[in-house]
Amino acid sequence: MNIIVCIKQVPETTEVRINPETNTLIREGVKSIINPFDMYAIEEAVRIKEKIGGKTTVVTMGPPQAESALREALSMGIDEGILLSDRAFAGSDTWATSYTLAEAIKKIGGYDLIICGKQASDGDTAQVGPGISTHLDIPQATYVKKIEEIKDNSLRVERMTEEGFEIIQVPLPALLTVVKEINEPRIPSLRGMMRAKQAKIITWTQKELNLDSRKIGLSGSPTQVVKIFTPSPRVGGQMLQGEPEEISDKLAGLLKNEIT
Amino acid sequence: MPIQIILEKCSGCSLCVKACPFDAIRIMDKKAVIDLGKCNLCGACVPACKLKAVLLERIETLAPNLSLKDYKGIWVFIEQKKGKVQSVAYELLGKAQELAKRLSTEVGAVLLGNNLDDQLEELAWHGADKIYLVEAVELANFQDEPYTNVLVKLIQKYKPQIFLCGATSVGRSLISRVAVKINTGLTADCTSLDIEPQRKILLQTRPAFGGNIMATIITPNHRPQMATVRHKVMQPIAADKRRKAKVIRESFDSVVYASRTKLLDIVDEVEALINLSEADIIVSGGRGMTGPENFKILAELAQVLGAAVGASRAAVDSNWMPYSHQVGQTGRTVAPKIYFACGISGQIQHLVGMQSSKIIVAINKDPDAPIFKVATYGIVGDLFQIIPALTKKFKEVLKR
Repeated sequence: MNIIVCIKQVPETTEVRINPETNTLIREGVKSIINPFDMYAIEEAVRIKEKIGGKTTVVTMGPPQAESALREALSMGIDEGILLSDRAFAGSDTWATSYTLAEAIKKIGGYDLIICGKQASDGDTAQVGPGISTHLDIPQATYVKKIEEIKDNSLRVERMTEEGFEIIQVPLPALLTVVKEINEPRIPSLRGMMRAKQAKIITWTQKELNLDSRKIGLSGSPTQVVKIFTPSPRVGGQMLQGEPEEISDKLAGLLKNEIT
Repeated sequence: MPIQIILEKCSGCSLCVKACPFDAIRIMDKKAVIDLGKCNLCGACVPACKLKAVLLERIETLAPNLSLKDYKGIWVFIEQKKGKVQSVAYELLGKAQELAKRLSTEVGAVLLGNNLDDQLEELAWHGADKIYLVEAVELANFQDEPYTNVLVKLIQKYKPQIFLCGATSVGRSLISRVAVKINTGLTADCTSLDIEPQRKILLQTRPAFGGNIMATIITPNHRPQMATVRHKVMQPIAADKRRKAKVIRESFDSVVYASRTKLLDIVDEVEALINLSEADIIVSGGRGMTGPENFKILAELAQVLGAAVGASRAAVDSNWMPYSHQVGQTGRTVAPKIYFACGISGQIQHLVGMQSSKIIVAINKDPDAPIFKVATYGIVGDLFQIIPALTKKFKEVLKR
């Protein structure tokens, strides 16, 4: 089975802090990581390959330094890495991002399955996965927590919902977005890291993908950011003190009107 | 160059530096300089500059054959499960009514499913002026492709200017496909929606970077302007039983209802009796619960309060609670009226998943736990004494 995994390099959110004096994000020294949800996508692809064979390819769109995310994916067992990098891609919203990734996937060709994390931890939109499958006109299953069965031309998956899960038969080729419950990503082996270090990463720009400027980057994005601001931080409130019974009395009084 | 500083206009005031979320602007020799390696062309610096010295060029591409003024009305996708309209739909109808008044237009509720006649009245009471109803056996349960096809057909036929949808596991999956097919913009998880008075366009504000910054986003040249909103963010309007809605029934050729994927089964899990996203109150436990058996005391408190039980990543990773209960960055994002954090230290990954809750009650034995920085009411102490005492007290007060 030929599997393509789409990943994104994101800042490690835990370290994103606001400078209280200037009220801006402090990004100096913020480590870049693979979006946590994409780690499950990578792991799942490698597991499927180990089980039934095939080829795995990881794709990311980003600045040149996103290459390190691809190498990390290779160290976990992915066969090949492709970086989509061009100033012309900057400013892409989810429409333009999913279009660019879909065009790269068409160029790779011969795929049976595309796996994405359910969403990125910086943007949180969960729109790029379904966007790719729509641009490619292939079926999808989102929020997949388990692949129950793999056949030559279809998968049976469990899709997480608010109440539980659905069991869905998905014909291939198809796109899945996966949640944390699906697996536990492996720690790269020393051999994997060595291989990843030496691997050649392929870079594609607008030119290689032959993309229409009106459909990529800022111009290809139907949405525009008009303002960015920092929300007023939530401040700590009142501390309740005393014996458990006293505290309970106080809290019940404070919350009574909120509970119906 | 898509972005540049007009040096003659720049005074080096550094307002753009402060506005930049990517730390890409520096003042050098009293002029702003943009580091294009860091710049993401987000455009936050453009309105920040009072001297109009930042120029962001984009090829203004109006979607082909699109006349913006042909698009009228605000639509809400009405999510139903097992024939019952979900609460997020009523919340969105409330917001849609408010926006519709400002645009002097109507609210359309779009309902897909089968045998839904008993749900129509209540949609009207909660703000729908028109109900677009598509009923078919194939639409009884949500599936990506038939639902996408039907919505695309309806949008092409009736041309709403705004389309709102719940940011649920159904909505986020479905509406992303619709937006790409229709070739329009979609803004996820908006926490505030407003109308810009001059251009009468939708201002969509949403958190980014785990809630550390907020971004206001517009879709100026494409229609409809599409946005998703999470549970509990908007308020439904009180039911007005005199309100009536015009019902427009549509049906399509069977190819429109075709699905390549096949829904084999829907499994409801018992633990999720009250689902986290819809709960008004959530009682969550973390590492401080010390073991799976102790979640019983949280379940008891939750039962008295009519609350759902949540868990931190630490508790889920230790297999004390199933993943479906996990609140936080890699779990669910929730915003209930009251969130009880019991034995949860308050790592940033947890905070981003619950800090929009109206009231946060934190119980922790460590007075320095970061959770107290966001708590409305903080209690330092032994949760094994405090929680049973709370359960007892609320039983009395609520007469349950």
